[in-house]
Amino acid sequence: MTRAAWHVATVAEVRDETPTARRLTLEVPTWPGNEAGAHLDLRLTAPDGYQATRSYSIASSGDGTRVVLAVAEVPEGEVSPFLVHDLRAGDQLEVHGPLGAYFVWRPGGAAAGAEASPLRPVQLIGAGSGVVPLVAMAAAHDEGADATPFRLLYSVRTPADVFFADELRAFAEAPAPTRLGLDLVYTRDAPAGAARPPGRLTPDLVAELAWPVEQRPRIFICGPTPFVEAVAGWLVAAGHAPEAIRTERFGGA
Amino acid sequence: MQHVDGNALAGDLADLFGVDLTAMIASCAHCGARGPVAGLVVFRTAMGSVGRCAHCDAVLVVVVEHEGRARASLGGLRALEAAPVQ
Repeated sequence: MTRAAWHVATVAEVRDETPTARRLTLEVPTWPGNEAGAHLDLRLTAPDGYQATRSYSIASSGDGTRVVLAVAEVPEGEVSPFLVHDLRAGDQLEVHGPLGAYFVWRPGGAAAGAEASPLRPVQLIGAGSGVVPLVAMAAAHDEGADATPFRLLYSVRTPADVFFADELRAFAEAPAPTRLGLDLVYTRDAPAGAARPPGRLTPDLVAELAWPVEQRPRIFICGPTPFVEAVAGWLVAAGHAPEAIRTERFGGA
Repeated sequence: MQHVDGNALAGDLADLFGVDLTAMIASCAHCGARGPVAGLVVFRTAMGSVGRCAHCDAVLVVVVEHEGRARASLGGLRALEAAPVQ
């Protein structure tokens, strides 16, 4: 486990991720690397000394000093509007990390806290920007050519709101042993030819699109608090072991 | 205010303890419920964070920062156990 510390990060690149979110690539010379699913605390300090700290999941993992975030704007928020609208390449930020030993996936079947069992498949379930740590896990799985069966169920408002759309498509088109099973559920607008009309996730849809109970999947769920609690409750009611379900709630939608 | 969960305590607790506590198993001194620190119900404000038992709502952990120094009150915790074997 890498010890967390405060680091000075320089913004290397900013780009639009969706109409309401931005991808931030940070260069952190002292970064010790991070596990897939980890997060960091980002601290902003105003000229009068007022500080605000927020947690953001990391979309990248492994060694190296580049750290990728994708930040959704929370209207009326104190921190995210600055990150989404005002931050520029070359700006500096304070970050604390890597953080989180719980909501991480480790290649080779040794999921944090679960018994080593490479054959247990992994089910990722995310909503909105909650997909960010799951992207890190899917990327680590893809880059490591890990044979653990992986599926991602991603609830998102419209096709334009999909985070890391190109990356997810590439993972889903990888050669068979490492291919990501990708199911997008659009809640507001579905593209032409979508598998189903737009609508929110339901217990039946989760049961249809997630690994079945008999396969004892390890499950990671990340999203707004109400989403995570609803989906985790459905999975337990369907017979999945509570210990097999790891959750990360980020608050409001 | 919408709550988050104990994953959000990772940074504040790492500042104090030097390790990540979120995968450890906490037991509630009030109701005895056991679960990962990451599963606590957490409310975060500019003043600090409060972590409550997901089962009975008792306050387990309060972390605040004053003049650049962190302080944690852990009076609601009966025990912390190492994370389950990986």
